[in-house]
Amino acid sequence: MTAGPSRSVRSSNTRACEGPLAIGLRAGHASDSPGRREAATAAAHRATEAIWRIESARLIAGLARVVGDIGTAEELAQDALVAALEQWPAEGVPERPGAWLMGTAKHRAFDLIRRRKTLERKHEEIGRELERTQEGVELDTAIEADVGDDLLGLIFMACHPVLAKDSRVALTLRVLGGLTTDEIARAFLVPVPTIAQRIVRAKRTLAEAHVKFEVPRGAERVASLASVLEVIYLIFNEGYSATAGTDWVRPALCEEALRLGRILAELIPAEPEVHGLVALMEIQASRLGARVGPSGEPVLLLDQDRARWDRLLIRRGLAALDRAEGLGGALGPYALQAAIASCHARATTAAETDWPRIVALYDAVAELAPSPVVELNRAVAVGMAFGPAAGLDLVDALVNEPQLKSYHLLPAVRGDLLRKLGRMEEAVAEFLRAASLTDNVPERDLLQRRAVECAAERMTG
Amino acid sequence: MRVLIMAKEGEQSAPATPPTPEAMAEYQKFNDELVKAGVVLEAGRLYPSSQSKRVRFDGKKRTVIDGPFAETKELVAGYWLWQVRSIDEALEWLKRAPYDGGTFEVRQVLEYEGM
Repeated sequence: MTAGPSRSVRSSNTRACEGPLAIGLRAGHASDSPGRREAATAAAHRATEAIWRIESARLIAGLARVVGDIGTAEELAQDALVAALEQWPAEGVPERPGAWLMGTAKHRAFDLIRRRKTLERKHEEIGRELERTQEGVELDTAIEADVGDDLLGLIFMACHPVLAKDSRVALTLRVLGGLTTDEIARAFLVPVPTIAQRIVRAKRTLAEAHVKFEVPRGAERVASLASVLEVIYLIFNEGYSATAGTDWVRPALCEEALRLGRILAELIPAEPEVHGLVALMEIQASRLGARVGPSGEPVLLLDQDRARWDRLLIRRGLAALDRAEGLGGALGPYALQAAIASCHARATTAAETDWPRIVALYDAVAELAPSPVVELNRAVAVGMAFGPAAGLDLVDALVNEPQLKSYHLLPAVRGDLLRKLGRMEEAVAEFLRAASLTDNVPERDLLQRRAVECAAERMTG
Repeated sequence: MRVLIMAKEGEQSAPATPPTPEAMAEYQKFNDELVKAGVVLEAGRLYPSSQSKRVRFDGKKRTVIDGPFAETKELVAGYWLWQVRSIDEALEWLKRAPYDGGTFEVRQVLEYEGM
């Protein structure tokens, strides 16, 4: 995920070229050495691209506060980017590029608002010069208001509960991650027009629902924050256990989610669940390198080489969990999951895992948010803590659960428990069924391999 | 990707003058900005290399050598571990650092394949 920022819909002049990064190449000023000029231009473009990645969210956030909607804010920000791509290769990157972009975008925002005002005035036939100048001053202060609040406002808007889950994810990656539609499409293995559609629809929905650019308070904030955390964790999970395709993990998506989580934790440090989510992601990400075998096959938690776990991320994760618990959030849904993850992180070998504690933590999760998936996870822990027969009893109770009807991990877990109980024939059938239910190729291969192993064990044992 | 930012010691291996409170405040402000942007994973400063030791391997032989060392320009005085999306992003962040002297080296950390 390294390609450049996408072009604005409005900037039709970029359409003729390869993309925004091609503009400056054509407009490059004459100089003595064409080779050196091209190299300098390419360097300026790479720098501009990097600056966009750093600045775009803040830029869009500051503008969204003023113009009120994400769509317009994004267009204004991208217009400023196009201007930068035209001017920086020739004039050099300014000393404070973020301020330059904001200044340029601000001028355009002024123009836009003035045009809107003029239009209103024409319609309503009122024209007071005074009002206009006052508006100008207010606009100026509005743009320079607290950047953190702006960013938070943008996050809450992009993750607004009024939006469909897919739309929230796409819009968040686009306006907060600075990713292009192409990059998002590639990350989620869906066609580019699908993502473009989701983003367009999301912006329209926000406008139609008159969603205000603000940091919600009270009860609304609770629901909004839950939605934000859900979006970040969805992005993380798509990277952590890809639901489709040939890669078992896509670390770039995990990193993007982690970055968003870390930013959010700094923006609202008093919210325990944000730290809980960050803790969960840090600890899970610490296993990324160990989760993939030499030929890209998945390596499950208990089979992983723990020496390959990332100690830095574990340390960061445990610290974030401490923060969540210190804020009184030990029983939050993310903090609980992080606590479960921490049990694994703290165990030097798989055999040392504190399974009874994990069962207790799953009990707490189940009480908080009962779901068949949680029950299934609890069953695994019970199987480890109190023997496979106890685990199997719980799994068997879930077999007719409609929500798990096509969930591949149900037969996978069942197969595992049956295998431990020596019921190989049933185990084979379960693993084959699990394999038929997943679209992720490496995972399917692993499950089929398990079935073959069980069949072999049946022959020999 | 992860990058390691290394601050080089400069000509002398001991810091000539301690940084002024203003300089420290500037640095703190910059570091805070990096943390808020989710960039910093870890940061650390090292004691001067005059207090460092080296272990040289030669077949089965190990030799411990005490500092200071001659080639001080190559010595690391402090480090940052950053999470960024490209080397260019790291460079753009680094250029914003409030330093008026010294050299910093930017190295990508080798991680799992397919990044």
